[in-house]
Amino acid sequence: MSEQPYEHQSENPSPHDHNDQKTLSQKNAASYWQANLRLLAKLLAIWFALSFGCGILLVDWLDQFTFFGFKLGFWIAQQGAIYVFVALIFIYAWRIQIIERQYGVDDDAEESSV
Amino acid sequence: MSTQLLTYLFVGASFALYIGIAIWSRAGSTKDFYVAGGGVHPVVNGMATAADWMSAASFISMAGIISFMGRDGSVYLLGWTGGYVLLALLLAPYLRKFGRFTVPDFIGERYYSKTARIVAVICLIFVSFTYVAGQMRGVGIVFSRFLEVEVETGVIIGMAVVFMYAVLGGMKGITYTQVAQYCVLIFAYMVPAIFISIMITGNPIPQLGFGSEVADGSGLSVLEKLDGLLSDLGFGNYTEGSKSTIDVFAITAALMFGTAGLPHVLVRFFTVPKVSDARKSAGYALAFIAILYTTAPAVASFARLNLVDTVHNTSYEQAPQWFSNWENTGLVGWQDKNNDGLMQYSAGADNEVTIDRDIMVLANPEIANLPGWVIALVAAGGVAAALSTAAGLLLVISSSVSHDLLKQTLMPTITEKQELLFARIAAAVAVCIAGLFGIYPPAFVAQVVAFAFGLAAASLFPAILLGIFSKRVNKEGAIAGMLLGLVFTFSYIVYFKFVSPELNSAEHWWLGISPEGIGFIGMLLNIGVAFGVSRFYAPPPAEVQNLVDNIRIPSGAAIAQSH
Repeated sequence: MSEQPYEHQSENPSPHDHNDQKTLSQKNAASYWQANLRLLAKLLAIWFALSFGCGILLVDWLDQFTFFGFKLGFWIAQQGAIYVFVALIFIYAWRIQIIERQYGVDDDAEESSV
Repeated sequence: MSTQLLTYLFVGASFALYIGIAIWSRAGSTKDFYVAGGGVHPVVNGMATAADWMSAASFISMAGIISFMGRDGSVYLLGWTGGYVLLALLLAPYLRKFGRFTVPDFIGERYYSKTARIVAVICLIFVSFTYVAGQMRGVGIVFSRFLEVEVETGVIIGMAVVFMYAVLGGMKGITYTQVAQYCVLIFAYMVPAIFISIMITGNPIPQLGFGSEVADGSGLSVLEKLDGLLSDLGFGNYTEGSKSTIDVFAITAALMFGTAGLPHVLVRFFTVPKVSDARKSAGYALAFIAILYTTAPAVASFARLNLVDTVHNTSYEQAPQWFSNWENTGLVGWQDKNNDGLMQYSAGADNEVTIDRDIMVLANPEIANLPGWVIALVAAGGVAAALSTAAGLLLVISSSVSHDLLKQTLMPTITEKQELLFARIAAAVAVCIAGLFGIYPPAFVAQVVAFAFGLAAASLFPAILLGIFSKRVNKEGAIAGMLLGLVFTFSYIVYFKFVSPELNSAEHWWLGISPEGIGFIGMLLNIGVAFGVSRFYAPPPAEVQNLVDNIRIPSGAAIAQSH
């Protein structure tokens, strides 16, 4: 799974050379995008369920449960959701990099940030 | 040493640090000026983003607002953090891959239109100026309260410091001063919060103290005791809301989508080397922000509890020291309506105590009986929070003028050197205008700062989102959507806030949504219109479709930017 052709393609979108590679890379790019959208849908579902679902719509119902001295709904709205937001971003950064490598579209080969 | 002297020392030392950093990181090229050379480490960028994001409002006012709103205060906590999930998942990586300098750059290229670029510049300037005016005012207020100088003098000193590092250093200077400012402000926020948590609950971690028992032997938890005290005084329970669910939903959504659409936050993600760094960087930014945002609701409950406990039915002579200290600033007041010499605090007409929400953070060190240097630290932290946000805002204003308006639209022939000069002039002019807003605050400033979010949500956020996730939305659709979102949200706010403020109540609101939350509806309208109008016009040209394909793929970002 070499990155070369894809970088090449994004740099040089001239239609006449590397026709074979272009079709392959386009196919890969399309599958990568589909995989990315599926991952986004899952994570955003959690984001929505927690913030708007538990923190706002169901907050009164959840408040009947106690969680470490808090009413559960209140705790999610003022503490819990924020922790999960941080986790969601790092989970996305981690999962999407695995998917990128799988489809050969990652940016590892480029100049490092460190 | 007196507290006054310590405060001068702390604030002066922090200014010297910021100016030192500015001189060390002077910008040499437009790339340095707009995106700090594009080589900022994701953790550094995360810290800078956190300082950029947390303004005078987050530092000084937020805990106080939550303190008086109770559970309804969740709209700010959820709204101002949840937006980072959208930013990290839906916008930042793709904007980084696009790899130019400004947000209007993206909108102008993606919608292949100078008109779209100009509309984006207008939205950006509108959002950023309403926001920056509040920051300069915040600087002035901190100065006047802690250093006892005139608000005007405070604003001018603040302007001079921002001028130094924003005009000289551009994004490069701002990035490294913001890192220093984050450290100052988070330390200044946490020290009093930890001590007040120990004082009330015996637990040094505010997030845990928040759910613990009060250390007075009553066996009640902080929130139980607070609910009990407040309902006795005629207030609603702290842990129950009074806003309608639909309004809480809309306000939270407007704040979230607005956060993700704020140009001064978005542009920070242009500064990291790679697409994967942009994602991680947003994660670090939110983690740094979460330290303050999970502490604020704890401080809010401690401060309210302590306030009721120590002030209500106390005789004026025995009032706590901090009460009399802050009385001459006008932030707290007492009027003995029934002439019994006791301070009655309640929700009804017999209430005798007036309390400004800002007191909850500003007086914290004194409430917890902390030494003078902690008070000095809070002053330095408040100034750091206001200056870091002001600088970030001024930078996006100046780069949209020099880059988008001049270089890309009106004067395409200017050289890079001239563009850099124009960027510096624009930054200098923007600093002066912001300073004027701070000295002569238009009466509406305080009311409109929150609406910057509604406008960002209704105008910029959908245009960027659709530009990445749809290939079908064309320039006609995007321009119509942005204009409609902006005009609709703006009109709704102006109508209820300025034209007919007497009608500003739930029964007159459209769908029961307050002006604070209307940006969410504006955003939905924007998206609907963008898709609808796009259907009647040709799809974007092939090169734009290729551009969209290209930004969706992470590889090639570092190379693309070195051109």
